[in-house]
Parts: sequence; C-alpha cells; structure tokens
Amino acid sequence: MTTADDSVLQVENVTLRFGGLVSLNDVSMSVPRGAVSAVIGPNGAGKTSLFNCLTGAYKPQEGQVWFTPAGGTRSQLVGRTPHKITHLGVARTFQNIRLFPALTALENVQVGVESRQKSGAISAMLHLPRSTRDDRESVAEAVSLLEFVGLPHRIHEVSAALPYGDQRRLEIARALGTKPSLLLLDEPAAGTNPAEKRDLERLITRIADTGVSVLLIEHDMRLVMSVATQVTVLNFGEVIAQGRPEEVQRNPAVVEAYLGTATDDQEASA
Amino acid sequence: MRLSVLETKRLAACLGLGLLLAVITGPSGSQDHPSSGIRGSLLDVRVVDFLLFGLVVWALAFGLRRARQTEAVSGPTAQLRQTVRTALDRRGARPTSYLAMLLVAILVPLALAPAAQLSLFLDIGIYALLALGLNVVVGYAGLLDLGYIAFYAIGAYVTAYFTSASALPIHAPFLLNPFFVFPVAVAVAALAGIILGGPTLRLRGDYLAIVTLGFGEIVQILARNSDGVTNGSRGAFGVPGLSMHLGPLEYVFPRTKALPYYYLLLTILVLVMIAFSQLERSRVGRALAAIREDEVAAEASGVPTLRYKLVAFAIGASTSGFAGVLFATKQFFNPETFSLQASILVLTIVIFGGMGSLFGVVLGAVVLQGLAYVLRDPIPFIGFQVADADRFIYFGAVIIIMMVFRPQGLVPSRRRSREIKLSEQGLGHADAITGASEVKP
Amino acid sequence: MAFADQFWQLTVTGLVIGSVYAVIALGYTLVYGVLQLINFAHSEVFMFGAFGGVFATRALLPSGNISATESIGLVLLGLGIGALCGGLAAFALERTAYRPLRRRGAPRLAYLISAIGASLFASNLAGKEFGRDSVNIPKDLFDYNTQVFSVFGARVSKQDLVVFVVALALLLLLDRLVSGTRLGQGIRSVAQDSDTASLMGVNVERIIVMTFVLGGLLAGAGGFLYAMKFNASFTMGFIPGVKAFTAAVLGGIGNVRGAVLGGIVLGLVENYGQFFLGAQNLDVVAFLVLVLILLVRPSGLLGERLGRAA
Ligand SMILES: Nc1ncnc2c1ncn2[C@@H]1O[C@H](COP(=O)(O)OP(=O)(O)OP(=O)(O)O)[C@@H](O)[C@H]1O
Ligand SMILES: [Mg+2]
Repeated sequence: MTTADDSVLQVENVTLRFGGLVSLNDVSMSVPRGAVSAVIGPNGAGKTSLFNCLTGAYKPQEGQVWFTPAGGTRSQLVGRTPHKITHLGVARTFQNIRLFPALTALENVQVGVESRQKSGAISAMLHLPRSTRDDRESVAEAVSLLEFVGLPHRIHEVSAALPYGDQRRLEIARALGTKPSLLLLDEPAAGTNPAEKRDLERLITRIADTGVSVLLIEHDMRLVMSVATQVTVLNFGEVIAQGRPEEVQRNPAVVEAYLGTATDDQEASA
Repeated sequence: MRLSVLETKRLAACLGLGLLLAVITGPSGSQDHPSSGIRGSLLDVRVVDFLLFGLVVWALAFGLRRARQTEAVSGPTAQLRQTVRTALDRRGARPTSYLAMLLVAILVPLALAPAAQLSLFLDIGIYALLALGLNVVVGYAGLLDLGYIAFYAIGAYVTAYFTSASALPIHAPFLLNPFFVFPVAVAVAALAGIILGGPTLRLRGDYLAIVTLGFGEIVQILARNSDGVTNGSRGAFGVPGLSMHLGPLEYVFPRTKALPYYYLLLTILVLVMIAFSQLERSRVGRALAAIREDEVAAEASGVPTLRYKLVAFAIGASTSGFAGVLFATKQFFNPETFSLQASILVLTIVIFGGMGSLFGVVLGAVVLQGLAYVLRDPIPFIGFQVADADRFIYFGAVIIIMMVFRPQGLVPSRRRSREIKLSEQGLGHADAITGASEVKP
Repeated sequence: MAFADQFWQLTVTGLVIGSVYAVIALGYTLVYGVLQLINFAHSEVFMFGAFGGVFATRALLPSGNISATESIGLVLLGLGIGALCGGLAAFALERTAYRPLRRRGAPRLAYLISAIGASLFASNLAGKEFGRDSVNIPKDLFDYNTQVFSVFGARVSKQDLVVFVVALALLLLLDRLVSGTRLGQGIRSVAQDSDTASLMGVNVERIIVMTFVLGGLLAGAGGFLYAMKFNASFTMGFIPGVKAFTAAVLGGIGNVRGAVLGGIVLGLVENYGQFFLGAQNLDVVAFLVLVLILLVRPSGLLGERLGRAA
C-alpha cells in the first residue's frame, strides 16, 4: 500500500448508486504520485463511473476523494463542479472521445490552455493588451502541446475530420493544456491500431516523465503491463485487487473475474 | 409519366402551400365574418395564380432532385448551386463586403426622403444593434432569449428617469446628459440580465427561453400598471435629445432630423461589430463555442460553463439596454413599444441573417426591415402590399422557412454552419440547450 | 375587505381557471415527455381551438329562445369543434415546424426557434382572418352568470360549473388514456427511451404525431372552455400558454398527474396572490411562481416522470 504522503489522489469508501443499481461499492484506492497507474476490470465494472466521480461529473452518495497537487494542499473533490476540479489539477479524456467537433485541433487545445487564463470578455472586446497577450500565449502553448503529442501537421484541421487515433491524442493534448497534476485517461488505446498503440505507450511514458501522474483505464493488458507501476482491479463496482501488475495478474480473484465475463460475453454473443 | 406516392404528396404539399399563400396575401376577415377572408382569397380567380405558383415550385424542386440524381456534379444546375453555395458560405469574413456595406450605409441615406431616413434609424439601425446583441446570446452562446426587448425597455425607461424632469412621474435627484446615461443603462440592463439568468441558466437551456418569455411580458405589464413610476400606458414624453458639450465641441442633435442620429448609430454599429468580432476570436469566444458543441467536455477542460453563459447573456442584455437609450433620446415610447413581437422580430433578424455572423445579422436587419418598409405601400404594377399589422405573419414564416431549409442563415458564420452540419450527423450539439445535465445521475 | 372574506370566492375562481390551465398543461407535458422540448406554439393551438368553438356556436345558434337541450348540445358541439381545430392545428404544426427538423437531426435550439416562428405566424394569421378584436360565445347560449349554488358564501355560476366539470372530465379521460391504452403505453415508452422503444417495434414517428394531436385536442377543448369564461382573440394564447407551462413545470414536467396538480395549484395561488398584489398583477404572480419553482425545486412537485428515468 502507498501512504498518504506520496499519493496524488486518495479515494475513500466511494459508493455510487443509480436507483437500485450499485455502480461503485465502497471503493478505496490511492494513486501514486509521478507514476503511471491503471484501473482495469471487465465491461460494466464501474471504471468510467469511478472517473466520473473523481472529476465531478457524478456525485457519489458516499465517500471522499482527496487530491493533493504537487506542492499544493490537500482538497476534497466530491461536491465540486467539474471545471473547478480541472482547475485544481485533475484533467481527463473520455472513453467515447469528446472533442469540440467543429473547432480546429489548435482551438481544441487552446480551450484547455485558456482555462488557466484570466482576461475577460471586456478586455477581449476592447482588444486590451492582456487579452492579446493571453491569445499569443495560448497559441504558443497549444502548438507546443500539439507537437508534444505528435500532431504538428494537424494544427488547422477541423477536429471532427481527424483520424480516430489522432483524435485520441488531440484529446490528451487538450487535457494537458490545463496543466494537470493528475491525468485520467479512459481507454486511450481503444480503437487504435498496433502502431498507434506503441506511439501511445511512448506518449504516456513521456507525460509521466514531465512529472504528471497518470491514471489510465485500459483493456489492453500488454499496454498496462508495460507502462503501469500499479494496477487496481474493479469488478461489479468493487476493488478486488490492487498492487504491482505482475502480482495482480497472478491473483486468482482477478483471473476468475476475467474468465467469468469472458464466458458471459460468449453467451451474450451466441 | 406516373408520379410516385412521395412525389404526389410533395405536389399536394406545394399546392397546399400555394393556397396558404393565397390566404396570407388575400383579403382579411373579421370577427363577424370569420370566413370571409378565406373565402375571398380562395373563391377568386387569383387562386389560380397561387396554384400555378405551387405547381411551379414543385416542378422546379422535382427537376432539381432529378438533376441531382442523374447529372454528374459538373452539370450546369449543380454547378450553379455549388457556386451560389460557396459564394454564400464564405462571405462574412471578407473585408470587401464590410467595406461595401459601410459605403452604402454612409451614402444611400443622403438620398432618402425624411420619412425613410427616420425609418432607417428606428427600424433598421436600432434593430441591427439589437440583433447584434441578441446574436451574442443566440449565435455565440447557443441560448434562446425571448424577452430580449425587456432590456431595451429598461434602457429606455432608465434614460427617461435620468435625463428628464417631466417625462416620467419620478426622476433622478440629479439629471444627466443622455451620453452619461449609456453606462448607467448598460449596467442596469446587465444587472437585470444577471439576476434573471443566474438562477435560470443552471437549468436546462429551454427554461431560459420560457423564463425570458415571461420576463418580457412582466416588464411590459409592470410598465403598464405602474402609473406612478412609468406613466402607465401614456408613456414617456419629452426625453431630451442627445447633446454634446465637450469643451469647445458643442453639438445638439436636432430631434426633428433623423440623419445625425443615424450617423451616430452607424458609428456605434461599427464599433460594436469590431468589439464582438474580437470577442468571438478571443478565449471567451472559443469557450462559448466549446460550450455549444459539448458542454460536458467544456467543463472537463476547465471552462466554467455557467459563468460564460451568464456573461454572454449579460452582454446581450446590455447591448439591448444601450439601444434603449439611443432610442429614447429620439422617439416617444410607451409599454406597447416593448411587445413580445418586438423581441421575436429581433430573433427573426438574427435567424434570417445567420446566427453567429455579424455581417449576416446586420444584413438581416437591412433586408427584413427594409422590405417591411417598402411593402407598406403597394408595389408598382403588382400592387402587392403588406399591412403593418400583417408583417408578423411573414416574419413567422421566415423563421420556419429558415429553420427548415437554411438554419445557418443567409450569410452564415463559418464556424456556426460547420457546427450545425456536424451536429446533424450526431457530432456535438450546436447549441447550449441540452446542458451538462446529461451525465448527472 | 379581509382575505378571509374573499377566500372561498378566490378558491372557486382559482379551481375553475386552474382546471383549464391543467388541460392546456397536459399538451406541454406530453410533448415534453416524448421530445424533451417546450412546444412554444402550443398556445396557438389553444387559440385555434377557442376560435373554432366560439365561431361554431355563434354560427349554429338558432334565433329566439333556445331550450336546455339545445344549449347543452351547442356547448358540447363547441367543445368538439374546438378540440378538432386544436387537433388539426397541432397536426399541421408538427408537420411543418417539427418533422422536417427531426428528419435532419437538427439541434434543439432549432426546434425552439421554429416553434416560436410557428406561433408568431399562426397568431397573426388568425388576427388577419378572424379580426383583431375579441369575440365572445353568444349571449343566449345559456344563462352563464346565474348562480347555481354557493360554497361558504362563494357563488358558483353555471359557467364556472360547466368549465370545471368538463375540464375534470377531460383530465380523467386523458389519465385513463395514458395509463390504460396501447397509445398511452406507446407514449410512455417513447418518453422513457425512444431508441429502445423503436427497437421494441414502437413506431416512434407515429407516437410523436399522436402525442401532438392528443395535446392539441385537449388544448382546443381547453381553448373553448377558456373562451366561455373570457373571450377569444388572436393574442389570447400567450398568457394562458406561459401559465400552463408554469403549471407543467410546477407539477414536474413530463408528469401527467403533475400537470393536473400544477394547474390547480397555480390557479389557486395566482388568485390568492392577486388579492395581495392587485388584480392587474394577476399575471405577475404566475411568473413569480415559475421563477420560484425553478429556483427551489426545478423537478416540480411530483417530480419529472415520463421523460427521464427517475
Ligand atoms: N448515467 C448512468 N445511469 C445509469 N446507470 C449508469 C450510468 N452510468 C453508468 N451506469 C451503470 O454503472 C455501471 C458501470 O458502468 P461504467 O460505465 O462505469 O463501466 P465501465 O467499467 O467503464 O465499463 P466499460 O469497460 O464497458 O467502459 C454499469 O452497469 C452502467 O450501466
Ligand atoms: Mg468505461
């Protein structure tokens, strides 16, 4: 177990219900600082629900989420609005990619970057220096982020027109634009081809190298094994294992959970 | 040639449209003879013209559909359509069109009769300004404000209160030059907008529409019923005209002439257009675009969506209040000036011109209000004319037609029309009506 | 005069007018249920119903004294024709202002705007065709001002009684229809989840049209009731429209029984409220109720049901 001192996020006894359906049941876990960790689990296990609770999109009925940015103070995330949580330093991507489709790649990233700026509507309308400065800075930062994720050639393309893999990376760039301490990636490799997967693997490592803690949801075990130093396993909304990847992989409960659903899947598709 | 069921239906729809048009343009009925207008329109030879018109519309549409199916994209009709479309789809940003519009706006009024000049100021200029403000709400924020004219009323009454000792039963302890009322009215209108929008914008976007609709009506009712404050339905008389006393620079805008007011308004319009285009291109404009397209993703990217929507709503309200000041210094007004129909007229202009497009909404004001003005008198030879009271039938029709056939408007904003097209394919929203509520448990 | 003296009279008026609001509110709530949209043109559907009913009774009223049966027959006829006009108007509205947008998958803003356009168009066309002054039902239709009985000193006129009883009957009828028929089941399933309903073989397009027509029939009949109590005019739809919407939100939009409760409550509240704020501010009370309910409990008294999962 990690201690409170070196973890960027601590989830304590989070329970989320939809009517009668318990989506997360008494989930506790912690995310180590400056490393890549992963949440895995069969379909419908509650992984995305967990992300939604961490980012303020859902409000869990019970439990706490404590976030400590690098060099910052510990704060409670439950009950805060999503944009406030982003300002505190938790950014995310979505499982079913949610870009701003009619905006260009650059503009998408700018929106993230500009969430940290202060100039308002009046200085924009009057074209005051602080507004133009903000504008210049956001373009510069967004361009360098697009280069960082490997999309320098896509800058002025409308995001809806980008290939799937590029959209995923663009979403990561937008999230990085908010300068997060913790980045949550929801199945970043879904729908990408093997070459794109390798690029993604390198990208995630490079993000972690810049000091950003990463928590990712991923089904691709090979990817998880190669990037993550800690894995949490969810099944039916409960944490059934947490530890180093190779430990978790050998855990009988985990094997059972995966085999169980595998059979279910076959039955379902039959 | 045998017609398919679908084509027969279309033909019937077009003929029905012709009949409807016959009724709209035909004689009016009355409460004692409620069917006389309809009978007079349909049981008359003129109905033949309208049926023929319906037939022609159908035939043209049929031909076009045929052509689109069979011809290659390079065929003459398709090419024409393409040219027209690209011509329309890129305008806006081109400086030459703005320059041309400005030249026309400066020169043409000099040649007009005084009545037309007044209408140019009151019906086109003021409404263009109103439309620019509403465009921030509808075009930039993707929200619907149906009580927009209430802020205009607030601006007008605030002006009367602060500038004249006699226009209203009450007046400010110190009277101001109308020029100093601009900031006051803008602030009051913005405040009203924030008080109204603050609680409402937390909810689904369509609730803003209905609350503003109610608000517009309430402001009118209160203005009508508060004799001791607003003079009730008698309205405000004798608000002083604009005047400038800046050291050696002395100018009093003559209330009997419209042109000086018009040119002042034109200057304001240009400045407002510049300001709003800066706004759209700034981080605020991008944040608003993000909110329109995907409110959930915008929040997750750190955009305080509620605050930005409120800012846009308040900017719209203050523009409306600003226009109210200008209006009050020129024209008598009473509560009936600020009707629901006036709010919807501004909306019609925005929709017709192209929501989100500055050039479009100004052009919309010129075309719609200009047509309404011209059609007050019978057109030579055709004799067609639209009574003032009937104008709104046509405006209503314009709204529906635009929404059905060209939601992006006459001269669309490029970003907005792209959005609309993408949202129709299921990508993003193109408005802020759905809200972030979709992920709340 | 003290509030206590007026209380019962205000209650009677509130119940009567509230029952009409309830009838109109059902149209908003049903459409909101299936489309999650405010139908801004519903007020004009109501207006057409009122005109239809009023003109029918005026045209068919025999000269001279009329018997009680004739009178009842005419009122029922007015109701029927009013409902028919409302249903037709709602059908035409759905066809022209909604369906083309649905086909294209237009953004929701477009529906709201298109409905506003339809409302502007319809009310002004009515103004042109039917005159811009108000019309009443014929004076000789029945002796509507006669007191039938009194409750705690409050007089209940024949007209009040007719309006209230008919409205109540319509409300019961609709409640049965929604909860107990195949159409009602279809409406409920589309309201819950139109994609799933479509997969289960429900013809969603047809249900949407039927929902509009159903709301239109009710609003049309409601229009005639309203015109019986007041009058009919081309601008008549607006205020009762906003109020009925308020009633729908008050009860919980999408919730049929909520709309009924909301209508009655609103009728009562605005009549009690006008006692304190003055009769000329009657409409202001309703608006305050709307803002208040949105602030305090936006999901309404009974909660939103048809539309969203609880
Ligand atoms: N908004 C919601 N309303 C109702 N139920 C929900 C909602 N969101 C999630 N759920 C339920 O919560 C459970 C967990 O869903 P979740 O999306 O978190 O799973 P997941 O682990 O991310 O699955 P996957 O691997 O398929 O993405 C599911 O049963 C789902 O139906
Ligand atoms: Mg998931």
